[in-house]
Amino acid sequence: MYMQEQEDEIIPYIVESREDTGLYNAKFGIWLFLASEIMLFGSLFSSYILLRVGASSWPVQSDFLNVPIGALNSVILITSSMFIIRAWTSLKANDFKKFQKFMWLTIVFAIFFLCFKGVEYAQHFMHHEYPKKSVFLALYFLMTGLHALHILGGIIVNIYYVSSGSRLWSTNPRWFTNRIEVAGLYWHFVDIIWIFLFPTLYLF
Amino acid sequence: MSISKKPSHDASFVQKYVFSTDHKIIGIQYGLTSLFFLLFGFGLMMIMRWQLAYPGHALPVMGTIFGENNMPGGIMLPEFYNQLGAMHGTIMVFLGVVPLGFGGFGNYLIPLQIGAKDMAFPRLNLLSYWIFFAAGGLMLASFFLPGGPTGNGWTSYPPLSDLAHDGQSIWLVGMFLIIISSLFSSINFIVTIFQLRAPGMTFERLPFFIWAQLVTAFLLLLAFPPLEGAAFMQLMDRLLGTSFFLPSGLDVSGQVLTNISGGGNALLWQHLFWFLGHPEVYVIILPALGIVTEIIANNTRKPISGFNYMRYSVIFLGFLSFIVWSHHMYLTGMGTNVTAFFQTTTMLVSIPSVIIISGLFITLWGGSIRFNSPMLFALAFLPMFGFGGLTGLPLGLATTDIPLHDTYYVIGHFHYVVAPGVIFAIFGGIYYWFPKATGRKMNETLGRLHFWPTLICMNLVFFPMLIQGIAGVNRRLYDGGESYLFMHDVLYWNVIISWAVWVMAVAQIPFIFNFFWSIFQGEKVTSDNPWEATTLEWAAPTPPPHGNFTKKITVYRGPYEYSLEGASKDYSPQFEKDI
Ligand code: HEM
Ligand SMILES: [Cu+2]
Repeated sequence: MYMQEQEDEIIPYIVESREDTGLYNAKFGIWLFLASEIMLFGSLFSSYILLRVGASSWPVQSDFLNVPIGALNSVILITSSMFIIRAWTSLKANDFKKFQKFMWLTIVFAIFFLCFKGVEYAQHFMHHEYPKKSVFLALYFLMTGLHALHILGGIIVNIYYVSSGSRLWSTNPRWFTNRIEVAGLYWHFVDIIWIFLFPTLYLF
Repeated sequence: MSISKKPSHDASFVQKYVFSTDHKIIGIQYGLTSLFFLLFGFGLMMIMRWQLAYPGHALPVMGTIFGENNMPGGIMLPEFYNQLGAMHGTIMVFLGVVPLGFGGFGNYLIPLQIGAKDMAFPRLNLLSYWIFFAAGGLMLASFFLPGGPTGNGWTSYPPLSDLAHDGQSIWLVGMFLIIISSLFSSINFIVTIFQLRAPGMTFERLPFFIWAQLVTAFLLLLAFPPLEGAAFMQLMDRLLGTSFFLPSGLDVSGQVLTNISGGGNALLWQHLFWFLGHPEVYVIILPALGIVTEIIANNTRKPISGFNYMRYSVIFLGFLSFIVWSHHMYLTGMGTNVTAFFQTTTMLVSIPSVIIISGLFITLWGGSIRFNSPMLFALAFLPMFGFGGLTGLPLGLATTDIPLHDTYYVIGHFHYVVAPGVIFAIFGGIYYWFPKATGRKMNETLGRLHFWPTLICMNLVFFPMLIQGIAGVNRRLYDGGESYLFMHDVLYWNVIISWAVWVMAVAQIPFIFNFFWSIFQGEKVTSDNPWEATTLEWAAPTPPPHGNFTKKITVYRGPYEYSLEGASKDYSPQFEKDI
């Protein structure tokens, strides 16, 4: 906390938005970070297209992957995304208890997502479907694996904000609310990536 | 808006100088670390140049310290040559020049020049430096692997790199860390420039250095992540046996690989690599252009001519740099339409580049030039960098690139850009901002003793490479071309080049001595603005304290208002209300 307060004295626009940009620092920062993430996942999607277009044969993806689980996971993630909005709006409405409830729901749903993902992986490994078996499987594991790591990162950050990180609420509620908004933006992004991953890998 | 009330002297030494969140300390840390790497990468090249000048002869004095596996009897093995070459390229680019121009100068100067007290995210900044440090340590550590560091060139093309020994995996992890570190820096720099400008510091009033850093940051932000993706793929190929970059039926030393699934594409790596690799060129160049612009405005005592055009040019350059990458791949058989596209975009790049360089040249016209050390380096930068750019044109056109590709012509071309170009700008920047950081000037005589021999040697090193390249000498030849009869006519240059490299090393001694000596013994500056400059960093105390400024900063005018009519002196600082 000590460092944070000291920082606050030196650096403006941690809490307030700057007039000419209409943003506070962290919100600007997260948008930039997400732009770079788009380039990262974009490179993987482009690789997918290039490898698939160049392939002499390509498996029927929906036969290979568990479409019902994938669809269920999409629903879970979208729901989780809605929870984090509620968590943020609860803070805006000054209702900390409600924030905690919705943040935990966000986290629990994210954990559900990872569990189902784990079941899928386990099924593949049981059938000896390892990344090295085909370029499609390699892409599948790379893209969903990287996405799962992003989910995991989000879970860790969200747990921090709902536990010890939430002490900031009592000293500087608006700053804390900003942090939750930023966490929410990240969470939506991870959600959107999945919305693209699911049809690309499971359906087409 | 007084500076932090918490006195900084109660922070421990470690907090203050090692794990500091102060942008100036971090900038200096970046600067010193990357200067070390620059010297290290240069050292590798000095050893390689012995082998090129005297192939098969034992390296005198140091020959035996590299071990029997690398240099039996002091004679360099081809594998070791490749490893040194790959590490020279990697270290120079990713651990030397970029962290110096961006991490070093950017960190130190951005908050000062926009009138901010620090970066927007100081702790992220700290993290960024230490991740970079770890990446550097990892790259160095790979020299001690049983198989040595990677030997696949700084480009790491598969399939070779997929099948190479462990050094390659370390390289990939190191690159991953470097990309993460520069991602953090770039977010920090962009947010800082947009959010923390002092009152009155509109975008029109930002110095060119800031514009250059801003565009650089966007390039790092958007062009580097794809290589991260590619690094994951290559790591999976290497560690999990996947085939992202390995085609079916791949033949290795006469044997078809059977333990892989195949179905991959080696060119995919090249696309992803050069999607980073070309913007990387601008990441190297733009901070240097920024530095040179500041020095030239200050030492011609004139506004920068066409500053407006230069600003738009640098933005346009940033955009264009994303759509030219395949000019590195004309030889891969891309098809004429694709080639035509990339050839056109590449030629378009010369327009903004020429505008910027012309602006700087025209600024010299009629200026009352002060020939101090920073200015000498800046003045040499212009023709050297320009020449590097011009020699690049034949490489941008597919027809002329095909015979020149992978020859020493390419090496000569891009080294003109990065060595007597960018490195000179960096030297100039060090001489120029040294008084702000230390309160003392570097010695002028030693500066000249550094400048002239370095300038002459640079040209003796790199011009002959163009000649050799046109004669057909390939790059990455461990014997310098000795085993090819047709190259023999131009091989005598190898000896000249190598001796010029070693003499150039000696010419760095005055600089290194000057640098450390001046910290303690240099001529003290008597004012906070010893060069009589106009930008905001000169409004800060010398050296600037934590929080940078002791008075409230308001910006009243553009960055280069020199020799204004009706002004009381020949410079009108941005931070002074009356001219
Ligand atoms: C001023 C001192 C320098 C000298 C004498 C020098 C010399 C050379 C030579 C002779 C090669 C070709 C090696 C070969 O193909 O076998 C080379 C390669 C290279 N250099 Fe430098 N160089 C210098 C500085 C730099 C700097 C400042 C940079 C970067 C900004 C740089 C980046 C590279 C790269 C990327 C390669 C290609 C490595 C590869 O083939 O993968 N060099 N250098
Ligand atoms: Cu290029």
